[in-house]
Order: sequence, then C-alpha cells, then structure tokens
Amino acid sequence: MFGKLTWQAIPFDQPIPMAASLFVTVGIFSVLGLVTWKGWWPYLWREWLTSVDHKRIGVMYVVLALVLLLRGFIDAIMMRSQQAVAAGGAQGYLPPEHYDQIFSAHGTIMIFFMAMPLMIGLMNFVVPLQIGARDVAFPVLNAISLWLTATGALLVNVSLVVGNFARTGWLAYPPLSELRFSPDVGVDYYLWALQISGVGTLLAGINMVTTILKLRAPGMSYMRMPVFCWTALCSNMLIIAAFPILTATFGMLLLDRYAGMHFFTNGGGGNMMLYINLIWAWGHPEVYILILPAFGVFSEVIATFSGKPLFGYRSMVGATLAICVLSFTVWLHHFFTMGAGADVNAFFGIMSMIIAVPTGVKVFNWLFTLYRGRIRYEPPVLWAIGFMVTFVIGGLTGVLLAVPPADFVLHNSVFLVAHFHNVIIGGVVFGGLAGVNYWFPKAFGFTLDRRLGALSFWCWLVGFYVAFMPLYALGLLGMTRRLQHYAVRAWQPYLIVAEVGALIILCGILAIIAQLVVSIRTREQRRDLSGDPWNGRTLEWSTASPPPAYNFAVLPTVTSLDAFWTMKESGVRAPAEHYEPIEVPANSANGFITAFFAVITGFSLIWHIWWLAILGLVCAALTLMAFGWIERHEIEVSAEELAAAERAHLRPEVS
Amino acid sequence: MSAQAAALDPGAQAAVHVHSGPAPVRIVVAYGFWIFLLSDIILFSALFASYAVLHGHTAGGPSGRELFELRHVGVETLSLLFSSYTCGLALYAAERRQLRAFYVCAALTFALGATFLALELQEFAGLIARGAGPSRSAFLSAFFSLVGLHGAHVTTGLLWLTFLVAQIAHRGPRDFVLRRLLCFSLFWHALDIIWVALLSLVYLMGAR
Amino acid sequence: MTEHSPQPAHGAERPPGAAEADRPGSILLYTTGLVFALLLTGASFLVSQTHLLWGPGVPAGLAVLAIAQMGVHLVFFLHISTGPDNTNNVVALAFGLLIVTLIVSGTLWIMAHLDANMVPVSAIMEMTR
Repeated sequence: MFGKLTWQAIPFDQPIPMAASLFVTVGIFSVLGLVTWKGWWPYLWREWLTSVDHKRIGVMYVVLALVLLLRGFIDAIMMRSQQAVAAGGAQGYLPPEHYDQIFSAHGTIMIFFMAMPLMIGLMNFVVPLQIGARDVAFPVLNAISLWLTATGALLVNVSLVVGNFARTGWLAYPPLSELRFSPDVGVDYYLWALQISGVGTLLAGINMVTTILKLRAPGMSYMRMPVFCWTALCSNMLIIAAFPILTATFGMLLLDRYAGMHFFTNGGGGNMMLYINLIWAWGHPEVYILILPAFGVFSEVIATFSGKPLFGYRSMVGATLAICVLSFTVWLHHFFTMGAGADVNAFFGIMSMIIAVPTGVKVFNWLFTLYRGRIRYEPPVLWAIGFMVTFVIGGLTGVLLAVPPADFVLHNSVFLVAHFHNVIIGGVVFGGLAGVNYWFPKAFGFTLDRRLGALSFWCWLVGFYVAFMPLYALGLLGMTRRLQHYAVRAWQPYLIVAEVGALIILCGILAIIAQLVVSIRTREQRRDLSGDPWNGRTLEWSTASPPPAYNFAVLPTVTSLDAFWTMKESGVRAPAEHYEPIEVPANSANGFITAFFAVITGFSLIWHIWWLAILGLVCAALTLMAFGWIERHEIEVSAEELAAAERAHLRPEVS
Repeated sequence: MSAQAAALDPGAQAAVHVHSGPAPVRIVVAYGFWIFLLSDIILFSALFASYAVLHGHTAGGPSGRELFELRHVGVETLSLLFSSYTCGLALYAAERRQLRAFYVCAALTFALGATFLALELQEFAGLIARGAGPSRSAFLSAFFSLVGLHGAHVTTGLLWLTFLVAQIAHRGPRDFVLRRLLCFSLFWHALDIIWVALLSLVYLMGAR
Repeated sequence: MTEHSPQPAHGAERPPGAAEADRPGSILLYTTGLVFALLLTGASFLVSQTHLLWGPGVPAGLAVLAIAQMGVHLVFFLHISTGPDNTNNVVALAFGLLIVTLIVSGTLWIMAHLDANMVPVSAIMEMTR
C-alpha cells in the first residue's frame, strides 16, 4: 500500500541526521504556525502564492535561493569540519555513508536550488522592467516554473527526514547510481527532484526568450537593449538548448532504475560513458547559464556607479553571443582523463582555451568603464570589484585545467574543487548578491543598510580566499576530492585553514541576515521616494519603488541605449496627457496547485507507491486542464488610477 | 496604443520605425510554442544520439534486422503523414470559421493518429512477447525509449486535440482557442518530422 | 495585456505555422506537400529495401531523403519561408539545428574514440587474474 515506505525511513537511530531533521521540521512548522497565528494566510495566498506578477515571482525565487543557501552552507561547514579533523587514522564525526550524502546534497542544492533560482529570480524581476514591458510573455507559466522549482527543493529537503539522499555526488554517475549499487531511495530523490524542477527551468527559459524577443517597448531595437537583457537572453537560450539533454539523460537513468533497462548498466550492453558524455553536454552550458546573468549584473552595476555608459557595448554583446555558442563546444574537458584519446582531448582543450577570450573582452570593458569614472563605492560596486579579481583568478585556473596534460594530474583533485568554487562564488554568488543589493530598493521601496552590506562583502571575500586557496595547494600536493578521511597528516593544517575560511564566510552570511533584519527595521529612514536611488541609466529606474503591477502606465518610447539616462538628460519628466486603461492578468492558483500534486507524484514515485503516483499525476494533469478550460481573467486598471499613480510618483521631479 | 499617440512626435516616430514595440498575442504565443518545440527536438536528439551509440549493443539478443517489420512501419508512416495533412486542413477550416469542415478534419486527424498509436502498441506488445522487451539489451532500451517517447507525445497530442475540439464546441472559435489550435498544429507537424527521422535512422537503416 | 485581432499590425511578422494572410490556395499547398512527402517516403523505402542505390551510399541516400521530407513538412505544412516576415522563426530553427548537430556529432565522435580506446574484455580478464 505504501510501497517501500516504512517507519524505518526516518533516521531515529542516527543522531546527526535526526537532529538535522528535527531542526528543519521544527523550523518549518514554526514558520507555518507563526503565519497561521498572525492570520497572514489570506494575504500570502492573494499577494504571493497565487501571484503571476514577474516582480513577485522574482522575489520568491530569490527568497528560495537565500534559504537554500543556508541549507547548502550548513552542508559545507559540516564537510570542512569533518576534513579538518579526519587526518591520519582519525575517522571524524561523519561516517562515509553520511558524508557522501552531504557532499552530494551540497552540490545539488547549491547549483540547482541556490544559484539557478538566484539568477532566474533576478532576471525575472529586472528584464521586463528594463525592456519596457508590462510582464513576461506567459505570466501563469512563470508561476508554474517557480512552484515546480520549489517542488524540487522541497523533495531534496524531505530526503533529510524521510529516507536518505543520493551518495553519488551532484551528477550521480553510473554505475554507482544504478540500482545494483544504489538500491535505496537516495538517487531516486535526486532524480525526481531535478526532473521536476528541470521542467520548471525549461519553461522559464522559453518564457524569458519570448519576452525579450517579442515584448520590447517601441524603439528598443536589439542594440538599444541593456546588457543585462542580452546576457539574460543568451543565458535563457542556453537553458532551452541544454535542459532537454538533462531531462533525457535523467530519464534514461530513471528507466534503468525503474524499468530494468540497460542504458548505463554494467550488463546488457549498457555504456556508462554515454551518461558522462551527455550529462556534461548539459553540465557545461549550465555553468554558463549561471555566469552570464552575473556578468550582466556587473555590467549594469559598474556603469551606474561609475556614472559613465558601459564601455564597448557592441563587443560586450558580441562576447556574450560568442560565449553562448562556444559553451556547446567544450564539454569534454570535464572528462579528459576518461579515455577519449589525444585528438579529441586536443580539440576540446583548445576550444576551452578559446572560450576564455570573450570573458577577457568583458573584463577589459568593465575596467575601461571604471577608468576615469566617478566611482561611488556602494555595496554593489564592492561585489563587482571583488568579482573581477576573484573570477579572473578562477578563470585562469580554469584555462590551466583546460590543458589536457595538466588536467591528467589535477582531475578530481581539490584543485578542481577550488577552481569551480572560485568561479561560482566569485562569479555567480558575488553577482547575485550585487544584484540583490542593487535592485532591492526597486523591489521593496527602501535601500539596504550600507555598512552591513560592506561587512558581508568583506567577510565573503576574505573568507573565500582563506577557504579555497589552501585547496589549490592541496590539489597540487595530490589530495583527491570528496575524501571522508585521509592518511596524509601533512594535509591537515591546510584543511584547518580552510575550515577557518568557511567560518569567515559564515560571518558573511550572518551579516547578510543582519543586513536584511536591520534594513527592514529601519526602513522608513531609507525610503526611496524617487524610484531612482542610484542615479541609474536603464528603464527600471523610471518606475516607482516598488513599481505598480502594470510596471508602466504608458509604454516608454525608446530612442537610444541607456534609455532612462536619455530621458533624464532631455529634461523634466511629466505625467502623460492621456492614459488608456490597462488590463492586468488576475492571480492564478494554477502554479501552486500543480506543484502540490507534483510533490505528491514525486514522493510516491520515489517510494514506489504506484497508486498515489498515478493519482498525483492525473490530478496535476486535471489541474492544468481545468485552468486551461476557464478563460483567463484580467483586471482593469482605469485611466484615473493610472493618472493618480503617475502624479504621485513624478511629483518630486516636477519643479 | 501609446505608439499611435506618440507617432505625432517625430522622435517617437523614428523610434517606432526602428522597432514597433511589443508583438501581438498570437505571435507571442506561437513563437513561444515554436521554441518549446525546438527544445523538444533537442530532447529527442539526445535520445537519437544514445540510440546511435547503443544500437549495436544487442547483448547477444535480437537486432533491428530481425525485429523490424517494414510493412507495419509503412502503414504507421502513412497514418501519421495523412493525419498531419488533415491537421493542416483542420486549422485552415477553423481559421475561416468553417466549423463543420473543422470537426471532420479534426476527427480524421484523431482517427489517423489513434491508428498510428494502435499499430505502435501492437508492435511493442509483439516484441515484448518475443522476449525482445526494453530490458533485454541496451539496443532495445534505446529503441523502446526513443520510439516510445514519440508515441507518448502522440498520445498527449490526441488528448490535447480532444480538449481543443471540446473547447471549440463549447465556446466557438474564439481567438484564444484558435491560438491554441495553431500551437497544436505546430506540435502535430513537428511529431511527423521527428517520425521521418525515426523511420529513416531507426527502421530503414536498422532493417538492412 | 489586451487582445489584438489575429491579423498582425506589427511590423511585418508572421507567427510560426501560420500561412501568409492573403494567400489563396492553401489547400493546394497542403496537398502538394502531401504528394511530395508520399513520393519521398516511398523513395526512402525503395532505397532501403532494394538495390536501386549503390550499397555503401544507402545511409547517405536515406539521410538526404529524410532531410528532404523534413523540408517538405517545414515549407508546405509549417509555412516556414525565408521571407522577412519569418526571420525570427528561421533563426530560432537554425539555432536549434546547430545545437542538435553539435550534440549528436560530438557524442558520436567522442563515443567512437572512447570505444576504440577501450581495453578488450579479454585483456581486462587477464588483469584480474
């Protein structure tokens, strides 16, 4: 009746997972209890859970990312602590079967449920505003994407309490991930969580590309789009191109595990290297999906806080497009050592070196933008400068790894671990935090506290170097990745230093939390009444903070790049003479309800509760059909309301 | 709307000449669906690549040459091709509000698609009965998944078509339903394009 | 987001899959496409099952016929053209085809090399002894 699910699934006999489960369960129920007690459910349901407004959805994505950052970071601290003590004969405090789950969960969560939602959230919030549109192309689909991503995140966290997670690393290579060697539910949690959220991500990619190509304001030709929109476009094109490969590959592994097929098994003619080839054909574009929006954030931030237009707009666009295409020609560098031979290695090695060139072009453009600018050192700029130094170092180690002979020494060592954390933290995380600091006032109507922002930056920056530079050295000394314990005592001092670095990053994370709490408490002192706290250059700063549901009362007419800057230069912005009523899409519970059934379906499939899985799937399908059947409601905003809102927003401007 | 108001201003006129603003809903919806289809084609190509790698891995079991019956495949191909044709006619009729013609063509599309599906299920059942099911070898896993994924898409399409016909019967040929019909026709034609690849690379090459 | 009429007033752009607005004889277009597709399908079967085409050329012949059939579908059923009203649709299609080519050819090249470098089973068994 309940498939493989029994009471044994809850780790009553293992203290650490049990403690973690209690912590998470108590935490979640406390939050739910607080919301119920305060009577916030109607507000939450109406304003957030059923919202199809891209701004709300963007905020929810970022909230998801920050919460999962905490979960993934706890995994990181646990790993660092284990490795700091498990030298010589010592076994540390985490047995191998637990340690393996932690590094697998850490990677899975950080990539899929922290970095991706962070970037997608920023793009969701900003892009329609920057292109002068009212919303994305498909608002209800946008909500569905968000909630399916949340479904995946939920399933991964449920594995903490019920059952266990995969022990196979964040990419679950066969044959280890096949049924024969991973008979328990761990790999199934991993696969279903990612298949479900993968659908959400693919739909988000389609939504954003259609939005950017088809919904730009009058006059906004491609070459007048902000660079962030270009990077968003290319990133989402990569999502559309790459995520189907992930879906197909995980689908095949699921068929092996559930239907006894032989795609990647040891017997029956299976080919494990096929999995590795396909998963990295997705995996490499994935890292460019993550970094391109971050590059876009930095372009916006650096231009705004230098008070100058971005240097080399055309070459920026060209470099972004080049990275987009080239990202599909390098994936073998993730498995140089696995036997493809010199010809193949040479081709992919050379392509991997070539792909560094457009990034170099971007770095020079940012430097030339800063040069002779009147730089204001607000937190977003701190993150940007920290990024430039850190990411360049990480990129250089990447080019080093791109040389096959060097990679033969360094593959799967902690040198590799240091490299990818270097570029992901220095690039994606710094970019995400820069973006959050930069656009927070637009989203919520007040700025974030500067000093705590600077503190969080310095802790992250120093903490990153202290945590990961020792790993470069260790990698060159021969230390392999993912070690639960190790015999070489000489490595221990480095790992202790790395632990200290992780603790400094912890301070950075606490500073972010403090920044949010303090800023919310003192928000009246930091209200943004003009909608343009940073003297921005792009269209999102022309709206009120926060913008009304419809974004623009009258769609702006764009006559140049940096459209808002041009509007400000050409004089006073007055309300329009005439307003037409606007229709805004009504809320829809489609996303939330579909995701609810997706959770049920996913959980049942994991535990082999077939009747419940079918029921969940049928209900999800019926939900989509039911919402498809009813005609979508729209709410009209009258011309009078528009005029009143515009006058209130523009009053400080009219002299 | 604002474009027309702004057209009085020469600067704005020039702007609109450069890019006229957001596209009409029909174009937005159809384009979004078009790129969804391209992502679906990439999904299929990953499975095609896997099939190409694994087609020789028969693990001592039967190969394509022993299993594929081309007469059967030929009838499947004709069914799907004709259903693509009737689908095009159905869209043509609906857009011109010729509802009776639409219902006939939609029914034919459904019938031909269902025929395709029935034949395919018959083929699968036969293979499984002969001990050549998907768990026999990597080749058969790849074959069943690739052809099966296409069949799953056809099934979804038939359900979708039923839903759309019901909507038109209930609401008439409203704009939003016609947009969905346009998307369905894109989907249905794309499935036939994928079948062409399946036919050529799996069945015709495999049967030699 | 208000609804617009089906005929786009937008700067000369056509949704993918939609026939040109003022084009008569659409039924003729579909029927022509059907006939071409039937002929090409028949040709594929002939090429594969008879000796009409020189043996080693059969795979290439089948590939060419398949591409031709896909082209017929794209042009006659999906109304894809190279006109300026269709540029976005063609560019998207081209991008998709580029990715498909990179993935399929890359996979085949890599997997073939891996296979060639694979130690034969007999030698592996020797090593375990």
